[in-house]
Amino acid sequence: MPEEKSFFKKIDITKLGPLVALAILFVISAFASPYFLQVRNLLNILSQVSFTGMIALGMTFIIISGGIDLSVGSAVAFSGGVMIIALNGLLQVMSEPLALLVGFLVALGVGIGCGALNGLIVTKGRLAPFIATLGTMAIFRSLILFFGNAGNLTVDFRYTMLKDIGRGRTFGVQNTIWVFLILTIILQFVLNKTRYGRYVCAVGSNEKVAKFSSIKVDRVRFMTYVITGATVAFAAFFAAGRMNSISTTQVGDQYELDAIAAVVIGGTPMTGGTGIIWGTVVGAIILGMISNMLNMVGVSPYLHGTVKGIVIIGAVLVQEIGKRSTSKLSN
Amino acid sequence: MKKAFLLVLVVLFVFTAVSLAATYKIGVSIPTADHGWTGGINYWAAKAIEDWEAKRDDIEFFLVASSDPQRQVSDIEDLMVKGIDALVILAHDSAPLTPIVAEVYEAGIYVVSVDRGLLLPVQDVYIAGDNPGLGRVAGQWMAEELGGKGKIVALEGIPCVINTERVEAFEAEIAKYPGIELLDSQPAYWSADTGYEVMSNYLQKYPEIDAVFAQDDDVLIGVLAAYEESGRDDIKTFFGGAGSKIMIKKVMDGDPLVKADVTYPPSMIATGISLAVFGVTGEPLVGFYQQKVPSEVILAAELVTPENAHLYYEPDSVF
Repeated sequence: MPEEKSFFKKIDITKLGPLVALAILFVISAFASPYFLQVRNLLNILSQVSFTGMIALGMTFIIISGGIDLSVGSAVAFSGGVMIIALNGLLQVMSEPLALLVGFLVALGVGIGCGALNGLIVTKGRLAPFIATLGTMAIFRSLILFFGNAGNLTVDFRYTMLKDIGRGRTFGVQNTIWVFLILTIILQFVLNKTRYGRYVCAVGSNEKVAKFSSIKVDRVRFMTYVITGATVAFAAFFAAGRMNSISTTQVGDQYELDAIAAVVIGGTPMTGGTGIIWGTVVGAIILGMISNMLNMVGVSPYLHGTVKGIVIIGAVLVQEIGKRSTSKLSN
Repeated sequence: MKKAFLLVLVVLFVFTAVSLAATYKIGVSIPTADHGWTGGINYWAAKAIEDWEAKRDDIEFFLVASSDPQRQVSDIEDLMVKGIDALVILAHDSAPLTPIVAEVYEAGIYVVSVDRGLLLPVQDVYIAGDNPGLGRVAGQWMAEELGGKGKIVALEGIPCVINTERVEAFEAEIAKYPGIELLDSQPAYWSADTGYEVMSNYLQKYPEIDAVFAQDDDVLIGVLAAYEESGRDDIKTFFGGAGSKIMIKKVMDGDPLVKADVTYPPSMIATGISLAVFGVTGEPLVGFYQQKVPSEVILAAELVTPENAHLYYEPDSVF
């Protein structure tokens, strides 16, 4: 019998919950709007969630390790904005594809730099991640507001390659979705199949034990912020491409909330120690599907937040109840 | 249970059938009501849609209001799914919305761009208020009201093209009167709170002020509050801009401080929706000898005085 028991444990409600919620939402949406099931609409949802979704993938690592990153939204505006400034300079001196490549590397560098700064403050400075990233959130946003004069950083409309990639499709599917998918596969692998992934979980579930097992706790946690910085850079690149510009005041605004919400809805507990990458993807899609469905049905945009909030609280509540009942069972 | 399910199906089918019956689908994309004027935009968009739906049933409208440019891009993508024939858009911001509107336009959808222009010529019709006109009308009225003599302080909006056009036209107008001195001009970001702060500073800084040009009726609310608190009574006249119902009401009721206003009407979105109806159905405008809707419409900056204020007063509007 032990075999069977572990099998049931594997598919317990905490892990299946998000999928069930997604399925229910899918059916409701399909009935609520005749447009919902159109392929074009479904692809729209995926591409619209891919920005916060990418970030949420990195955020999953941070939350598993017991941290949080509030600066991701500002970091998107910062790295995307710096990329556009660089790009406009580079386009003067080199060919468009090369400039774009260098521009992307700039974004990646800035994103990773932002993450590394967060990681350093958290690990070396021993500051609570909430406080550390609250500070960097203000710093990144204010810097890009300053560089961009609180306006838009725009790529000259004569150059269309960034826009073409950002809004483009490959095999009929938006490029953002492909990148989101690839990042998901990579990070799913890192979390579940590598030693580093196990260390992240170990650090999050019990830092002391992890230390005694000679895990370099600081380095493991530092890297979770760096990974997030990289995902931020991808999101920034595509956000810039999608609009051919970065609005320094508004790009990335509240991305941190959506990213954290996606992680939590996806079944990764805020207490850390364990987490599911594909759950985060499901969480992100649920959030996107809600606003799409409300949009399609014609619900006032002011009410979207209410529905979103209810779903976030509901999702966590269901997980908590599920956990309590399973722990009761094992007693 | 089975019956209920069947009922749901029937209802859904009817809904779908109704939505398919409409010959023309028009999407309207606007910013959410993040300040008074966009509140007016939301009100007028809903009103125009209601009016048109009452008039004819071959047009279906989809109204989406977005909280930021990224959301607006997504919302327009969603509108495309509905197979719209025309899009009326008041862009959150010109640059970020240009690529998606270009896509819409290239897909053969009739585009009416309202107020905030796009960076590429990707619209069939552009309709906006007259920004230099707002500054000019305000300057003219104030100069006359002051008898060509006095000290003015001005408050500006968010630093951008629209603001610059208004400020420059205003300054050019009062420059014609050597007796009028512009003491100061600082940004109040079209916000009542900032208007209050800036005006408080002005009142500290300048012992003598004859008139205030707030450029915006929201800002004027803050300005008037600061003036009232200061206990001073030397300022003769205040002038806002845009034509909010609060200020129009003051003008109408003969308020001694606010005697006039100038329009920058949020109802332009309603006119934009009507232009989309004419454009997409191919109906010429009444009195126009051309087949198509004009490609550019600039609405006059109209001076609101106690005599005509009742024509501009819209008690149901939020703005």
